[in-house]
Amino acid sequence: MMNEQSTESILAQSPRSQRINPLDHEKIAIEVRNLDLYYGAKQALFDINLNIADKKVTAFIGPSGCGKSTLLRCFNRMNDLVDIARIEGEMHIGGRNIYGPGVDVAELRRKVGMVFQKPNPFPKSIYENVAYGLRLQGINKRRLLDEVVEWALKGAALWDEVKDRLNDNALGLSGGQQQRLVIARSIAVQPEVLLLDEPASALDPISTLKIEELIHELKNDYTIVIVTHNMQQAARVSDYTAFMYMGDMVEFDATDKIFTNPSQKKTEDYITGRYG
Amino acid sequence: MMDTEKISQHISQKFNDELENIRERVMAMGGLVESQVAQALDAFANHDESLASKVIENDKLVNSHEVDIDEECARILAKRQPAAGDLRLVVAIIKTITDLERVGDEAEKIARMGRDLAGRSGDAPTSRLQYGALMHLGQHVRKMLNGSLDAFARMDIEAALDVIHLETQADQEYEAISRQLITYMMEDPRSITSVLDFMWSARSLERIGDHANNICEYVIYLVQGKDVRHLSLDEMRRLAKEDR
Repeated sequence: MMNEQSTESILAQSPRSQRINPLDHEKIAIEVRNLDLYYGAKQALFDINLNIADKKVTAFIGPSGCGKSTLLRCFNRMNDLVDIARIEGEMHIGGRNIYGPGVDVAELRRKVGMVFQKPNPFPKSIYENVAYGLRLQGINKRRLLDEVVEWALKGAALWDEVKDRLNDNALGLSGGQQQRLVIARSIAVQPEVLLLDEPASALDPISTLKIEELIHELKNDYTIVIVTHNMQQAARVSDYTAFMYMGDMVEFDATDKIFTNPSQKKTEDYITGRYG
Repeated sequence: MMDTEKISQHISQKFNDELENIRERVMAMGGLVESQVAQALDAFANHDESLASKVIENDKLVNSHEVDIDEECARILAKRQPAAGDLRLVVAIIKTITDLERVGDEAEKIARMGRDLAGRSGDAPTSRLQYGALMHLGQHVRKMLNGSLDAFARMDIEAALDVIHLETQADQEYEAISRQLITYMMEDPRSITSVLDFMWSARSLERIGDHANNICEYVIYLVQGKDVRHLSLDEMRRLAKEDR
């Protein structure tokens, strides 16, 4: 028997009840507050406010030039490398404003790893590619390196394919394997956040699925932010989706909501392939 | 919000055509089902055995509409991977045609029972049966069915809610008819066979009202993205109109 009160409490939990902040039940890994970005006189990002959930996958989608890659690059201050880029606002990772004074950018980039569209392994052995970040940190103990290389390659779902040829040149791997190698290289230094900028757009469908499967595995341990042109991919791999348009964050919500019932007309038009 | 104009605004003209085409086919199926119900009621009221046979025969046509549209929906899902409003349109269509096919089945049942009753029309007990009440229920659910198809065609939430509002009356009329029929059966057990046919027909009509109601719920889902099934009319109204 169900009394009236328990019926009410069940109703309160139902998805039909009033909509709540999509991140209400999440731990927040990254907070973006009032972020503006300018390339010279041209403003590329307009007052971005966004929370990224811890150990979840957040996807940025939007047409070319909407600012999604620019925003992604803000998370590990890659835009510092662009002379004319100027950033205002705050971005907190692990409770610290990464644009505040006294931030060690090298340390930040260790904590916030990045994988690009085109796989970029170093022209070294598979082993050395993965060990590279550790050697940079001054770790040279063979036994420790062996352990981490195996762990990282397993984490990137590449170990079984390369364990017998760790000393082969990484450039001999296929595109999909190279991309997973780059991911292994990123996770070898045990980052907190992984930024993926179109990680599968240069890969064939099978390699793409392997990367997506890997993303699914990786989110157990890392907070992942992915930029993708492939909307089906965003729908498949992400928990939360942000739609960007001309430097604005138009809509941010749970991926299921965005792809079945977005609130904004612009979002709907974009994901259903209509004229904007 | 999804509306009829949006369907034709894809960058892919072919996708526009496919969605428009599938919607038209649902409307064609709906039109056929509507006429099946009307003819079944005619055949029932007028003891018209040949019209009843025609309705029974035509149900195959309704079934093949359902199969074809389902196939087309599966094809669109596979090839276009529709999202948001487009996805809801395809999902709503898949569900709508299931209900339409059931309506077709109910029409066929009414026609069959009409044919059976016609065969026994000389029996005394059938003469007392209240065709008027049954036909009134028939008109009522036809109005609901027509309204639900209209709401679907125009993607009109108001029209959908109006139809849903009519369901209570259909239920009440059905209950009144069955109470009456139970009295007949108690008074004269010889009438049971005929009265049962009559009762099942009333039941079929009531079911048609339910299906029309379902279609209207899919329309609200399609337009607003809100699942309003199993809610009271007031809750539905509130949910259908609130911002997303």
